[in-house]
Amino acid sequence: MSEAAGAGRPGVGGPHDPSCPTSRGHPEGGAWIYRSDDGRSGWRAQGPIFLGTIVNHLVLDPRDGTTLLMAASTGHLGPTIFRSTDGGETWAEAAQPPAFPKGDAHGRAVNHTFWLEPGHADEPGVWWAATSPPALFRSADGGATWEGVSGLNDHPKIMDWLPPDGGTPDGAIVAGICIDPRDARHMYLATCSAGVLETTDQGETWRPLNRNVEASFLPDPYPEYGQDAHQIALAPSNPDRIWQQNHCGIYRLDRPSEEWERIGNAMPREVGDIGFSIVPHARCADTAWVFPMDGTDVWPRVSPGGKPAVYRTRDGGGSWERQDRGFPAEQGWFTVKRQAFCGDAADPMGLYLGTTGGEIWMSGDEGGSWRQIAAHLPEIYSVVAAPVR
Amino acid sequence: MIRVMIPSQLTAYTGGETRIEAMGATVDAVLDDVDRQFPGLKFRVVDEQDRVRKHMRLFVGMDETRDIRTALRAGDELLIFGALSGG
Repeated sequence: MSEAAGAGRPGVGGPHDPSCPTSRGHPEGGAWIYRSDDGRSGWRAQGPIFLGTIVNHLVLDPRDGTTLLMAASTGHLGPTIFRSTDGGETWAEAAQPPAFPKGDAHGRAVNHTFWLEPGHADEPGVWWAATSPPALFRSADGGATWEGVSGLNDHPKIMDWLPPDGGTPDGAIVAGICIDPRDARHMYLATCSAGVLETTDQGETWRPLNRNVEASFLPDPYPEYGQDAHQIALAPSNPDRIWQQNHCGIYRLDRPSEEWERIGNAMPREVGDIGFSIVPHARCADTAWVFPMDGTDVWPRVSPGGKPAVYRTRDGGGSWERQDRGFPAEQGWFTVKRQAFCGDAADPMGLYLGTTGGEIWMSGDEGGSWRQIAAHLPEIYSVVAAPVR
Repeated sequence: MIRVMIPSQLTAYTGGETRIEAMGATVDAVLDDVDRQFPGLKFRVVDEQDRVRKHMRLFVGMDETRDIRTALRAGDELLIFGALSGG
């Protein structure tokens, strides 16, 4: 492995031995790091790390290749951030974890940090954290201390956009952060109740970016905001291309356009285009993968028909091909949460997904075939792949 | 001096100690002193709006309190419990 999280980010180098720091869940969670020293054939486990801790995200800093940040909480205790600079052997707690100011006008307190994002390549030491209730925090010292981003957290419309009690079953969230690799001031957020928000001044001002994205659960199905963006990702080779797996479908946006296109309409009707994750190719801007789930009636959130598969597009969403070799042919009721499907930067690109049933599956041939590389783990919340430095 | 009972969920902060001592005239002040001795501990028990976290329980002697302004007297005992069930 290892220490480089965020495989596929521009600028991450090193041998192509991805690792999968995985994390999860309430209440018997923890973190594990899987390392491969032989071209992704064999994997050895390091862990559990912080057994019993709910780990929503474990991310390696691609700028130094050594620093790991972990978003942690437990069933009892409040949320915090742990930091390691030795590949996860030892950890130190943030001196000042993400927290709202005392006396916050809306009475908010951070329940958990959901997403950790290393800052722009030109800003070493800067990290961003997205939380529940929905808010954004920034660290300028490698994750030791954190401050709220007032431009969002105190925005006049924050209670319309991101009410603390809106959204997902585990609590309303800012679900993801994307930073334009060409401009540190240009960022996107995926949110559970305001869709996608954009800033061009590093968080001082924000605006919704949701045109043509459906919110089928609202009276106006195409509102300015109100959508549930499960995950967004910039194409590493073309940051003007944004992929989105939304609560209501799969979308693509090519900036400077502001009109999303529902590319999920090209998915097989019997499968649909509901899911949590979307993974862009490390080098090809027309290629991305999704892991569809059953979003019918009561939202079973498992593989449609009990037949797990990823779907790949190689033409920007114009068409999709099923990739299921190696997965159970039937009775495979996988649920893959939004942070639990990722890719590395190797060639051919590796793909990794973790299930709520505690299994990690990987493909070393861009989805052509899949094999299980770990099982019997607790429910998996997130999987992050990283190349060795 | 206030005796403070530390639950298993927090002994990682205290080096395994389950009984410590701290100074303060209120629960808040005692927890501040505990936090000075074991940095980070208080925030895991009390949120940034001074609310005792949902699955934590505080007792002064036999009396439960969720108000960290509760007064303490020398010789009192502050007991911290983790309380979460399921299964």
